[in-house]
Amino acid sequence: MTVFLISAVVVLIFVVIFQISKASEYVSVLKGEEASRKQNNKINGFLMVAFLVLGLLGVWYCNELYYGKTLLPQGSASVEGERVDSMLWLTLAVTGIVFIGTQIVLFWFAFKYQESDKRKVYFFAHSNTLEIIWTIIPAIALTVLVVIGLRNWFLFTGEPPKEAMVVEVTGKQFGWIFRYPGADASFGKKYFKNIDNASNSLGIIWEDQLSHDDLVMEQTMYLVKGKPVKLIIGSRDVIHDVGLSHFRMKMDAVPGIPTTLWFTPKYTTTEMKEKTKNPNFQYEISCDQMCGNSHYAMKGVIEVLDQEEYDAKMASTKPYYFTAFPDKDPAMAKPADSVKLAAKPVEAATKQMAKL
Amino acid sequence: MSNEAVLHAPAEAGLHQDAHGDHHHEHHHHETFISKYVFSQDHKMIAKQFLITGMVWAVLGGLMSVLFRLQLGYPDSTFPILQDLLGKWAEGGKITPEAYYALVTTHGTVLVFFVLTAGLSGTFANFLIPLQIGARDMASPFMNMLSYWFFFAASMVMLSSLFVETGPFSGGWTAYPPLSALGDASPGSKTGMDLWLISMALFVVSSLLGGLNYIATILNMRTKGMSMTRMPLTIWALFFTAVLGVLSFPVLFSGFILLIFDRNFGTSFYLSDIFINGVGALPNEGGSAILYQHLFWFLGHPEVYIILLPAMGMVSEILSVNSRKPIFGYMAMVGSLFAIAILAFLVWAHHMFVTGLNPLLGSVFVLLTLLIALPSAIKVFNWLTTLWRGNIRFTPGMMFSIGFVSLFISGGLTGIWLGNSALDIHLHDTYFVVAHFHIVMGVASMFGMFAGIYHWFPKMYGRFLNNTMGYIHFWVTLAGAYLIFWPMHYQGLAGMPRRYYDYSAWESFKQFTELNRFISTVAMIVFAVQLLFLFNFFYSIFKGRKVTTLNPWGSNTLEWTTPINPGHGNWVGEIPEVHRWAYDYGKDGKEFIGQTTPVGADETHH
Repeated sequence: MTVFLISAVVVLIFVVIFQISKASEYVSVLKGEEASRKQNNKINGFLMVAFLVLGLLGVWYCNELYYGKTLLPQGSASVEGERVDSMLWLTLAVTGIVFIGTQIVLFWFAFKYQESDKRKVYFFAHSNTLEIIWTIIPAIALTVLVVIGLRNWFLFTGEPPKEAMVVEVTGKQFGWIFRYPGADASFGKKYFKNIDNASNSLGIIWEDQLSHDDLVMEQTMYLVKGKPVKLIIGSRDVIHDVGLSHFRMKMDAVPGIPTTLWFTPKYTTTEMKEKTKNPNFQYEISCDQMCGNSHYAMKGVIEVLDQEEYDAKMASTKPYYFTAFPDKDPAMAKPADSVKLAAKPVEAATKQMAKL
Repeated sequence: MSNEAVLHAPAEAGLHQDAHGDHHHEHHHHETFISKYVFSQDHKMIAKQFLITGMVWAVLGGLMSVLFRLQLGYPDSTFPILQDLLGKWAEGGKITPEAYYALVTTHGTVLVFFVLTAGLSGTFANFLIPLQIGARDMASPFMNMLSYWFFFAASMVMLSSLFVETGPFSGGWTAYPPLSALGDASPGSKTGMDLWLISMALFVVSSLLGGLNYIATILNMRTKGMSMTRMPLTIWALFFTAVLGVLSFPVLFSGFILLIFDRNFGTSFYLSDIFINGVGALPNEGGSAILYQHLFWFLGHPEVYIILLPAMGMVSEILSVNSRKPIFGYMAMVGSLFAIAILAFLVWAHHMFVTGLNPLLGSVFVLLTLLIALPSAIKVFNWLTTLWRGNIRFTPGMMFSIGFVSLFISGGLTGIWLGNSALDIHLHDTYFVVAHFHIVMGVASMFGMFAGIYHWFPKMYGRFLNNTMGYIHFWVTLAGAYLIFWPMHYQGLAGMPRRYYDYSAWESFKQFTELNRFISTVAMIVFAVQLLFLFNFFYSIFKGRKVTTLNPWGSNTLEWTTPINPGHGNWVGEIPEVHRWAYDYGKDGKEFIGQTTPVGADETHH
């Protein structure tokens, strides 16, 4: 019913507009086309400057409404991200000045130089001086932006500091798997044909001794406040993207081609809850590359901890090797039960994601 | 008949509806309905075919955006009518994620290729090139006809993909593999993707046939005196557009061929190390998913300029005509078009800063990308100077041109943010990008297209569009475009990713519920106003105010020397000779001096 009502209203508005438009054509014939054209010209000239004023007010009002909802007021949660923010402010200043200046000139000229019988058009076809001025000034501004940008770019994409920890991130439809190298600080090799959802979600080659102390977790990644972390990013199926908007970082997860990304978290999750005054605050990993029908639900969480909390967390987690081979786990008395126990959380997590 | 005679031909010539009669250039075959309206080889009719097909797609593509905006604006509501419209794709009145992604994908593909490439440059290259350079038709009218019919075939295949059981392709208009290569990864990548690829392949053929024709026509068929530097800027823009298309579409095509092989013939160009849930590990090894992105964006970026350049050209022309003042810096305008065309080929990897691209390579692309800001700045300042001390007539075409400049500035400036890789690493694939490209490429080019339609409608149909409806169309669309896309920058600065079906589960992005609803509402209003425009268009073809003079806008270019309703062949008698550039407005106290007027002895030089 509402649909019909809305359609009826829309049609009615159309008919009214059409009648007015038609009538205006007849009126212009009666009044003389030239006279009514000039009148319309005045109205539109006035609207040009009205649009400028309302538009600039709108820009200001939009900022009032939504600035607080962006990430800018809370600042970057990573040390490197601060450079993104400072660059962003500088770029905003440069482009903002140009934006306001050119829009004012555009609509003001449109208003000021609207048709008038008194004005004689100024025949002005070219001026090399002017062309040179508005080539060189933008060129200088851009050079500054490029230099700053590239310095940051090489920092972001360069080698992380030596003390950085390493986490391997793997995207899959539709979730994230994280692997930590364990005590030996090295990952065991993996091969995608070994992947088995129940016991080997990454396809780890167990013959490689380095893999035996690797820790594998899903959905939540644990990082340490103040400690640089290097992510080695990959994907099991299609292209995903590790989107870390709080840290101002992002990198694609491409099947077959590992990529890397590093940053230094500045605040623990608990600190961020206080800082943002949001008790539900989470560092979320958003998949930023279209990856299928549940793309919008491919969420991971980063929990930034203090070193002690982190160490405790890692110590309490069993190496993934023992999930695959429970009988080799020295702590396990009854191997048969543990298979189910260990597999269940993984399954549950997968199911939860599928539901989302 | 001498050129002079043509020039000063009395108005009767204009009323003479059909140029065929006695003219020796013409094919003397009898015109039937089929040869005149369907398989026409007249560039003007082909232009109208492109335009109207483009309009049909614009309505469909626009409607799709209304549907998915309904989901984004009202994620918790159900609309029973959607089930009636979409069936199983909107079970219970709520669009499913599959349908949502299919709508987003088709909206993008259709708007970029069918509306803003075929509908824009297909229409105006066909219509304006012969008329403005003084030619009777394209170099090959037959190829030109084929160009339209390949486009039509592409349209039909794309349309049919909407009705297959597994749904149309749903992996985004860029169609990145492995998602687009593997039916098991997404139902939309099954039959829907095959049809998408066939449709796009046909479309590439259409653009190449058209593009080669435009280039050949511009280079070879200019009338006497029409040197390259006397051509109107529309023609320069359409020329560079065609060059871009001819050089870059084949690369896209090669990318598609490899994708077809990967999908159907077991090759591994793009596939490696893949394990699909429910299927297991695939045999493919050694391919590179990134290779496709290079091939795609080697077209994909020039494509942006294929869309934008014709709009720039038409806007330059319309601004000058309606300011009654020459375009400022003609040579700089040509030079900046040329610079943009060259740079268009050298910046594609800025779409790939976060794919793990070699950082050094990335830095080169940053530099080249930001270089585009220079020719763009030159163009903007030249347009502004063209308005300065002019005598502006606000025809609807002129208003859309001013709107184009405003939008091009707004959207172009955010390009400086995204082109700088260190900022892109934060903003990539967020709503900031959506705002940027919709303003600068989508809406701005649409404005260029509207400007062109309003300005050349009298030449196309011998009647005017209704001005009042035109003014309403302009003001609502301009205000609406800003209301829709301006706040999206803020969503992007909150890190909100593109192509999400629902944000409510995200702590970081769920704060924009009200804004999303607002944007969706404005989008619906703007869509309704486009229907008003369409009504105006079709109504005015038959009932619009008649054009009674040859040159209603007081314009210098050659198309206004043809009869009011030119027949196939455009000019009755000889093609006029050209003696000057197209922008002698307000010179020596004369309001305008047509290109066909010989240069007087006492005329000043500029």
